[in-house]
Order: sequence, then C-alpha cells, then structure tokens
Amino acid sequence: MTKEGTLLRELTCISCPIGCPLELYQGSGPDEIVVKGNKCPRGEEYGREEYLAPKRVVTCTCPTDSEVFPRIPVRTDKPLPKERINTLLDTAYRTTVSLPAERGLVIVEDFEGTGVNLITSLAMGKDAVV
Amino acid sequence: MKEQSFDTLVIGGGAAGMAAALEVQTNGYSVAIVEREEHLGGILLQCIHNGFGLQLFKQELTGPEFADELISRVGETEIKVLLDTTVAHLSDEEEGKVAYCYSRTTGVTKITARTVILAMGCRERNRGGIRIPGTRPAGVYTAGLAQRLVNVEGFIPGKDVVIVGSGDIGLIMARRMTWVGAKVHAVVEIQPYPSGLTRNIVQCLNDFDIPLYLSHVVSRIEGKDRVERVEITPLENGIPNPDAAFEIACDTLLLSVGLIPENELAKEAGVAIHPQTNGAEVDSTMMTSVPGVFSCGNVLHVHDLADYVAEEAERTGRYVVDFLNDRVPERQIRVKAGPNVRYVAPNKINPDKPDKLYFRTLVVKNNAKLVVKVDHRIIKERKLNHVQPSEMVSLKLTAKDAEAISASPDSVMEVSVQ
Repeated sequence: MTKEGTLLRELTCISCPIGCPLELYQGSGPDEIVVKGNKCPRGEEYGREEYLAPKRVVTCTCPTDSEVFPRIPVRTDKPLPKERINTLLDTAYRTTVSLPAERGLVIVEDFEGTGVNLITSLAMGKDAVV
Repeated sequence: MKEQSFDTLVIGGGAAGMAAALEVQTNGYSVAIVEREEHLGGILLQCIHNGFGLQLFKQELTGPEFADELISRVGETEIKVLLDTTVAHLSDEEEGKVAYCYSRTTGVTKITARTVILAMGCRERNRGGIRIPGTRPAGVYTAGLAQRLVNVEGFIPGKDVVIVGSGDIGLIMARRMTWVGAKVHAVVEIQPYPSGLTRNIVQCLNDFDIPLYLSHVVSRIEGKDRVERVEITPLENGIPNPDAAFEIACDTLLLSVGLIPENELAKEAGVAIHPQTNGAEVDSTMMTSVPGVFSCGNVLHVHDLADYVAEEAERTGRYVVDFLNDRVPERQIRVKAGPNVRYVAPNKINPDKPDKLYFRTLVVKNNAKLVVKVDHRIIKERKLNHVQPSEMVSLKLTAKDAEAISASPDSVMEVSVQ
C-alpha cells in the first residue's frame, strides 16, 4: 500500500459545473482515499469513486414510434460504471419507446444488475411535448 | 387580423422567457409568451446531457428535464402561450409596445402590451463568422445544429469529426458524437486556454482521449462534394506558423465558435445595443433604452449555465412587476468594465437597492482580486480563486457596500480584476 498521506492524483470534480480542483491522498487503509479541495460532499464522493471505480451518468436518445418526434431523450438515474457505458448505449439505441411517454418512465430496469435504470427525461406526446 | 393585449409580452419560450413570464404572472399580471418553435423549452430540449438545475432546482437535471420543470409550471398558470408563432415586427407606439406575430395556423396577430421582455436567445456563429479558407463541401455544421440533428431529428451528421472551438457545445458534441459511434479526431481552439467549462474538458475529451489543440486554427477545408480533410496550423505568439501545419482526414467539421444574441427585433424597436455583449444595454432593472422593454438571458449576454439564465430572468420579471406598479429607481449610476474585465451586466446599479451583477474577465488568472470602485474609491474587494474568460463571475453588492456609495448622478462604478 502507498504510504499514508501520499498525493495519489489531482482531478477536476465533474459533479457540477463549478469544477473544484481535487487532490486525492492515501488514507489509512488500502481503499481509503482522503479528498481535499472539494466545496461540497459530492466532491468527496466523486474523488473517491473516480479513483477506485469511475462512473458516469449517461445521456442519449432512444428511437420512438412517432413520426413527429423520432427520438426521446433518456438518461441513467444514477452514474453507471464506465466500462458498461458502451453496452448501455447499444441497448438504448435498440429499444423503441412507444409515445406518449411520461418523464421518468423506466426504459431499461436494473441494467446488467448494476441497480441503474435508464429513464426518459422528457414527457412526450405523439406529436407534442406535453 | 386578430388583436390581443397583455400587461407583458415575452418574446421567446426558452429558459429565460419561461422564468421571466412565471415571475410576472405570479404577481397577477397578464402575460403572453410567443415562441416560434412548436413547443416551449428552446434550446434546452436538444441539450440532453446532465448538469442543469443544480442551482435553481437543487438537483442535477438534463436539459429536457430542466425545460420540463418550467414547462409544467407555465402550464399550471394562465400564461397565454402562442406556439409556432414568430414575432416579425416590434415597435414602441403611443398605444403601447406593438408586436406583429405570424403563425402558419392562426395567421397574423397584433399584440399590444404595456411591457415587453426580450428573451430570444442566440444563434450560432458559422463558417462565415470565422472565414475558414478552402472549398465549400457538405459536412460543415455548427455544433448546435449537429446537436439538434443527432438528439432531436435522429440523424448522425458524419463518422470522422473535427471540432473547431472548445466552447461547451463543442465539447458536449465531442462526447455525443463519440457515443453515437463517430470518431472525434481533434478539438481545435484558437485561444491558448479552453473556452468551455473545465468539467466538460474532463468528461467529454479526456474520458475519450480526444486531443485538444490549443493555440491552433483550422486553416483550410478540403473536399469536393464532402469534407475530405482539414489543415490545422499552430499559432506561435498569435501568428500562424504554416511550416508546422498538419492535416487530419475527416468527413465532418463542427463549429463551436460563439453565439450571437438575436437582437434584430430589439434593434427594430430602437433598443441600444452594447458593443461588447451584442446584447441590449440595460439599467439596474434590466430595462433597455426603450422604457418598458426589458431583456434577459442569452439575448442579453451569453451565460455559462441555464440556471444563471433563469435566475436573471426571474429577477427581470420582478423588475417588470415594479415597472407595472410605477416603482422605478430614484437614482442609478453607470457601471463600467475596468481593467481585465470584458463586460458587466447590467450596465447600471441602483445604490439604494443593489442587486446581482454578472461579469466576464479578459484574462486567465489564479488568486485574482475583484475590485469594485465608485469614482476611484474602493467600495469592495474580494478574492477570486480562479478566473478565466469562459467562466462568468457573479457579484452581489450588499446594502452595506452600497452605503459607501454617496454617488452623484454622474458617478461611475468600475468593476476590475487584478
């Protein structure tokens, strides 16, 4: 294990648009990371996760059965492990959403057992945003 | 021709227009929003990425979700929404502000209003705006247009992409194009620093190992029917060095090279335009040089975040309510951009009721100091950890700061960064 207090990595927090500069230090245990430079608790969580197991919120679109709105915007409801992003994108692009659909509708539930759902991010009628 | 009249006419149904309209309507005034698209939401609907709403709704939303929050609120009110309708003329007449609106479905409507809120947003600068030499093949798009094609229309504009400009839309599109299976070969930025948010450099470029060429320009576009390659030239001390130029084969060039406030209507109505922002000049109440005509959001000055747009628009709505109640400031003093500051919005401040100001710097600097002076006397100083031109800074003067302003009508407040 790296010596406690060693600077492991410098990162920019991407939890929100402020973008705090983070410094990650080795804590007392192997998986213990001390985060400095964050302005809020989200930064601490991001810094630790980014070092140990990076995740991202994924946003993309699914095809629909409507001629007026051929795509509906979707997102993961939680950050997804980075290595699963491409499979999630493939799944999303192959899943047709039937309109009308409300916002927050679950399109893919518990993706690959990660506990992450793919949900719609806009309420859409067949021919109008509702 | 139909005729309608309202206390307030809001032109544009995006984040700014909806937030301003809600504030005015909540205070009991009649409001109409005229929107040229077939639905409210504006450009938010094509910004399917997350990062919206943290300030305004205290949760992280995507653009469509942010729009949906505002659209639902508008739907719960008596605000009259005219969709698929374009305001073609705006003028200040004796009977009030007069707008002629055109719609495919309802024809021409004449709207008369006591006040107008300009919330038309921006359009994108295009190839003509940066004059890239070369041929004129297909495959050159503005980044926002490409975003609309991919996210709303469902078309992928190309497979091998080079992006000009590191503004946020360009960075977001680098990730989006990668996620729809295209290869993004480079982002080329003329400035020596990125012009988008740092977090977007991290999550949209670094995550995919997309190279960012700072101090470089796309110096030539080549291709007969379709873009085939672009030539990229580094700048050395601001001067292109053709000997170090190189080529990248690609079929698509996306331009993220700035936004232009859509102020044609404002100009027609006689509104004075600020030379730095290309938005209206506004006083401490966000009112333009035409009494009763207000401006907010990206048509006033380009904001980094939709949250800031909505905040400014809400504030504008409150001032419109004040105006409708004949509550106008007794005194205002001019605000000007001092050293290292590109612009400050609004352009006046009410010393009796100071409010928020937004400004942009001209420099990249760590440990900078914000200095606010009135007639060369310092009234406020604040440490700024990091400033760069792409990140807007907000400044809120308190009543205590304002006490120090014993201003004459000719006083000038100067905002500077040292």
